[in-house]
Amino acid sequence: MSHLQAGKSKRRPASLKEWWLVNQRRIIPYLFIAPTMAIFTLFVFIPVVYAAYMSFFEWNGISKPSFIGINNYKQLIQDSIFWRSLQNTLVYSAGVVPISMSLGLLAAMGLNHKQVPGRAFLRTIYFLPFVISAVATGTTAGWLFGDSFGIINKLLVSVGLEKVRWLSSRENAMMTVIITTVWIRLGFNMLIYLSGLQSIPIELIESSRLDGASPRQQFFHITLPLLKPTTFLLIVLNIIYSFEAFDLVYVMTNGGPGYATTVLTVFIYKTAFQTQKFGYASAIGLVFMIIIMSITLVQWRLSNEGGRN
Amino acid sequence: MALLKNPLSTTRPTRLNTSSRARLKTLLIWLAVMVGAIIMFFPIYWMIATTIMPKEDAYSRELMLIPQRIVFDNYVNGWTNSPWLRWYGNTLLIVTVSVSGLTFFSLLSGFAFAKYEFPGRNILFLLILSTLMVPLQVLLIPRFLLIAKLEWVNTYWSVIGPHMADPFGLFFVRQFMLDMPDELLEAARLDGASELDIFRRIVLPLSKPAIAVLVILGFSARWNAFAWPLVALTNKDMYTVQLGINFMKGYNYSDFPAIIAMVVVSIIPIAIVFLLFQKYFVQGITRTGIK
Repeated sequence: MSHLQAGKSKRRPASLKEWWLVNQRRIIPYLFIAPTMAIFTLFVFIPVVYAAYMSFFEWNGISKPSFIGINNYKQLIQDSIFWRSLQNTLVYSAGVVPISMSLGLLAAMGLNHKQVPGRAFLRTIYFLPFVISAVATGTTAGWLFGDSFGIINKLLVSVGLEKVRWLSSRENAMMTVIITTVWIRLGFNMLIYLSGLQSIPIELIESSRLDGASPRQQFFHITLPLLKPTTFLLIVLNIIYSFEAFDLVYVMTNGGPGYATTVLTVFIYKTAFQTQKFGYASAIGLVFMIIIMSITLVQWRLSNEGGRN
Repeated sequence: MALLKNPLSTTRPTRLNTSSRARLKTLLIWLAVMVGAIIMFFPIYWMIATTIMPKEDAYSRELMLIPQRIVFDNYVNGWTNSPWLRWYGNTLLIVTVSVSGLTFFSLLSGFAFAKYEFPGRNILFLLILSTLMVPLQVLLIPRFLLIAKLEWVNTYWSVIGPHMADPFGLFFVRQFMLDMPDELLEAARLDGASELDIFRRIVLPLSKPAIAVLVILGFSARWNAFAWPLVALTNKDMYTVQLGINFMKGYNYSDFPAIIAMVVVSIIPIAIVFLLFQKYFVQGITRTGIK
């Protein structure tokens, strides 16, 4: 700084340069993070704060917003559709997370065997659904699970079974959405489990085999405990994923029939952009965000207590 | 990828029946994995089969697992039904600009977070990571109001803007840069290189694998994006491919084979990218744990 004050006329450019050379390491990091911070501020930080603010207003997006205090939250507690959506989200999650993870683990264990021919190719097949968009998958699932022309019902009939109303019945629709989601997520879970399996030292399993451990004992006493960090990570990721899932459900069932598959994300979207209740939708969204944050923090705490990180 | 050796394979030939049991076991595992793969692939097979058979075959009540006659009417019908060329153009533009921005900004900020000490570094990084817990649904309304204020509704910028930053991208780059040796940067500083030179001449060339991961995962996430474009783009001319499929499905329920044909076309770019660059996909996903 003293350079700047000292050389006012002639030495100024040189000293500015000098000053920059000395101080650039302090300033450059802020310049480097500036674009990213600006985008996050504009499109995430400010919107979250604004959503919280809006949740105290009644507003249809056109007329003047009117302040109603915590009435949106009061309404929420009495709204049976909110509770139904929360229940649907929990059911969806409780279906998707354990099924896609255990099938993913099975696939990973199978594909971790070196003698299995065409492993790399098979891995690609299992993973392929994950790269397809939820919109494409949801649209195709509507065709596959169709009542009369759907290939799945045709296959069932051909082996002498009854047709199933996969998507048109309130009892089955959630199950069908869960099956489709498992198809999408299985490859992802397989991939993470594969990398977990590969980090297990061979000697451990080898020595247990020499000690006479059966494959079942090996699995439950060695492999599974050693995969605990991977499993933990996957539980967190899959719960967040299944809580926030929107595209697939919106395209596949649009929350129907009735409210059978209206998960919280779909409910928030419809409240905001179909019934134009901006304030109320923000309140639901905020409660939803708090639920997700609590789950994540609890899991994080648990994983820290488990002696990791 | 170097996969683990299967300990069961190193069977010692001391007892013959051990080796034949191991072989039987491998066979059984292979069978199970194959059955799984057939189930996993069947929807994709049927997706394609539906689109290359005549419409009346797809809608026949009989089970016809293999197309008897191959026609491409469904592709013609689907393509001419809607302004697909325009929608692909929109998507390509949005994806290209947002992925370029995402890659460049993530490299810059990831480098700063990994290799500089500065006040506020940890808190800012944590703040960005914590946005992983913010569901998109909370952001939809305020973002919509924001782009309305900026008069960005139905413009490319409405989608490009929010898609230019991603906590996963930043997290991934930071992890990658942490592995970069500090001595390299220090040596360059001693040679009188400026911080910008260091980024341009040393960090960028060393970051090629990270760039590949960012571009490929960024491309797939943005190509497949749906919820935010659904809110921001309401004019049909501005639709992306995903919005186009959703639109066609809503208004054309009767012609499923044509819709599925357009679904297949929409998957082709992403499938090609995935098959060509699978290595980076796998690397990016296993290192960040997320797409």
